[in-house]
Amino acid sequence: MLNYFLKRLAALVPTVFFVTLIIFGLQQLLPGDAALILAGEEQDPEVIAYLQKKMHLDEPLPVRYAYWIGGVLQGDLGESLRIQEPVLGLIKDKLPVTLQLAGMAMVIALLVGIPAGIVSAVGKDTAWDYVANMVALWGLSTPNFWLGILLILLFSVSLGWLPASGYVSPFEDLWGNLAAMIMPAFVLGNGIAAVLMRHTRSAMLQVLSADYVRTARAKGLGERTVVLKHGLRNAMTPIITLGALEFGTLLSGAVLTEQVFSIPGFGKLIVDAVFNRDYAVIQGVVLFTSSVYILLNLMADMAYFLVNPRLRG
Amino acid sequence: MKKKLLLALALAASFAAQSQTLRIGLAEDPDVLDPTLARSFVGRIVFSALCDKLFDIDEKLNPVPQLATSFQWAADNKSMTIKLRSGVTFHDGEKFDANAVKFNIERHKSLAGSNRRGELAPVTTVDVIDEFTARINLSAPFSPLLTVLADRAGMMVSPKAAQANPTAFGSKPVCSGPFKFAERVAQDRIVLERFPNYWNKANIHFDKVIYLPIVDATVRLANLRSGQLDLIERVAPSDVASIKKDSKLSMSRITELGYQGITINTRKGDGSNPLAQDRRVREAFELSLDRAGIVQVAMDGEATAGNQWVPPTNQFYAKNVPIPKRDVARAKALLKEAGIPNPTFTLMTPTTSDGQRVAQVVQAMAKEAGFNVKIQSTEFATSLNLADKGQFDAYVLAWSGRADPDGNLFSFYGCKQPLNYSGECRPLWDDLLNRSRNTLDTSGRIKVFATLAAEAAQEIPIVYLYHRNWLWAHNKKLTGLRTIPDGLVRVQGVKM
Repeated sequence: MLNYFLKRLAALVPTVFFVTLIIFGLQQLLPGDAALILAGEEQDPEVIAYLQKKMHLDEPLPVRYAYWIGGVLQGDLGESLRIQEPVLGLIKDKLPVTLQLAGMAMVIALLVGIPAGIVSAVGKDTAWDYVANMVALWGLSTPNFWLGILLILLFSVSLGWLPASGYVSPFEDLWGNLAAMIMPAFVLGNGIAAVLMRHTRSAMLQVLSADYVRTARAKGLGERTVVLKHGLRNAMTPIITLGALEFGTLLSGAVLTEQVFSIPGFGKLIVDAVFNRDYAVIQGVVLFTSSVYILLNLMADMAYFLVNPRLRG
Repeated sequence: MKKKLLLALALAASFAAQSQTLRIGLAEDPDVLDPTLARSFVGRIVFSALCDKLFDIDEKLNPVPQLATSFQWAADNKSMTIKLRSGVTFHDGEKFDANAVKFNIERHKSLAGSNRRGELAPVTTVDVIDEFTARINLSAPFSPLLTVLADRAGMMVSPKAAQANPTAFGSKPVCSGPFKFAERVAQDRIVLERFPNYWNKANIHFDKVIYLPIVDATVRLANLRSGQLDLIERVAPSDVASIKKDSKLSMSRITELGYQGITINTRKGDGSNPLAQDRRVREAFELSLDRAGIVQVAMDGEATAGNQWVPPTNQFYAKNVPIPKRDVARAKALLKEAGIPNPTFTLMTPTTSDGQRVAQVVQAMAKEAGFNVKIQSTEFATSLNLADKGQFDAYVLAWSGRADPDGNLFSFYGCKQPLNYSGECRPLWDDLLNRSRNTLDTSGRIKVFATLAAEAAQEIPIVYLYHRNWLWAHNKKLTGLRTIPDGLVRVQGVKM
């Protein structure tokens, strides 16, 4: 296992290198001149020329890439030209917010999705199955921004129980923080719970019809042990993969949900940066989130070893 | 006992009054908070509480003193002597004086990337006459100077702080306004705290101002309704009716300084743009439009129809060029005369909701006169790039406006000026623009603008459509709000 782990770890270096090339390359496809949009309404030619020079837009592509990657290797992701803040500082500010939102959304998704999937598989073609499927369909087909605005109207405007939007640090006010995050986390978790439920159901159905499950039942094991120990454990591999991918997606920022609830996470940061062609921010944040994504995938692969003893040999 | 209770109540009341916070919902996250580098409209809202200016403007757009107390033009109109307010300090305790004015104007003119250099182009030097008197010298008379100094170019930052932090001053700005910078979390909040040594502190009734950027207008309003915000700017026109019904909320509206218009690429002489081929096609296009109808459909009536760079209520509006009435028959006749009865062109619009609505209404109206308008919705940064390269036929473009008409004109109509996307380049227009700058008396300037308006109405490089209303909604208990056409929320005198 250690060998496999080290091999995978070593493979990370070229992967991240290719990711930097892709990020830089894709960004060049963004239409429009960054200096024009950053120069603001006045479009002063001197300001445009200054910005072009500052962003090295007057240099050939490989030189610009070298400037960027040189900075990255020294831990300098550059500076946001729009708000004059270092990109690393922005990432540090946004990371806890995005992590908390992603974490809470994932907990909600796991707590709802996996049990619902199990119940639905075990009680296939019963009322439980139909109800779980209907709820999942609802979760899959509800647009986040719509659900978000409806929740705000209900819980903030009509009932006044929760703040409509915004973020409070948990270190300042824990309850205020939870009150502000519960609605966006629910909105995000809702869709993922539905996906997890559907995957858990199909994985469980497959596993529960396997020979070893019949054997387990035949030797007189309780239904609970059969389902949870023999069934779920074997059905977990695809669920872990999916969970890690969904969590990785959440970490790259939940654009619409963050916008609706004014949560200052990666999603809002990257959208603003794209519209304002704040290249350093786009490059820095995408590099960071894609590196996290790659790491999460590695961790998911490691988790297979823990749940599936056959892989350890 | 009763006395003690009263005393306690009075103390509690005074504590509550002192610890009041004003929470303002902004439509965007402001850019850098350095008046020299700043570019966005929304940033100016924050600056109005953070950085005092030499002058301000009032409801009627007249310049009024702020950090200056009076001004005097020289006999040749090539310099202005400004008397400054004494006893003003910056947030870091440094004294505001004529040296600070000199430092700031020079910083605006020389800092790399300064967005104020263009506005202050006619300024050559600043002389310090005495501690509280400065003289601004100009290369030529420049009538918009006062209103330029009533905006970001007139904002004064602490020279000591700006010198100590030359590359990142905007992340910790130090000015002399009623509130000082406390913290900024990008895209989340900007917190300002009351500056106890403010020169006009009797007029400040809050301890803190918090600006919260909330992009979605519906969510911004939901925050106001739920009591988390006290005021929101740029209310969606479609929400006005429901706000009026809400007993806890009030609305304020002001006609903006800017405009919404359609810029026509008149230099595209390759024959692909019929609007560029013949001025009669442009006139026919203008005559096919019903501005009042556009205002009603695209803006829910929350705008003033207009046909010039300033609204019809502005003193510089040229009365000799009234809004042309829609005349489809005349438009068809003009197209026939020009030999292009069914012109086809592309109307580029940014993907903003009002821009797209305008394009759709214009498309439908122009069709009745025989135009075939193709709408090209383009993300703003891209549309700006295409406009800059001259790769468009017509472009729905709004301008946020400046207090002096020069700010809405010079850069758009001057030959080879940066915002002259239409490409019109006429020596007479340049001459008129320069004359409007060199003439200091209002009646003289009105005459110059009247001539220019008549010229522009002939050539039609920009079809002006309307002037939007700045719409604010706020808690009914909030009083003292001033509705000044620049759309900035001034915190002086505002009470809860």
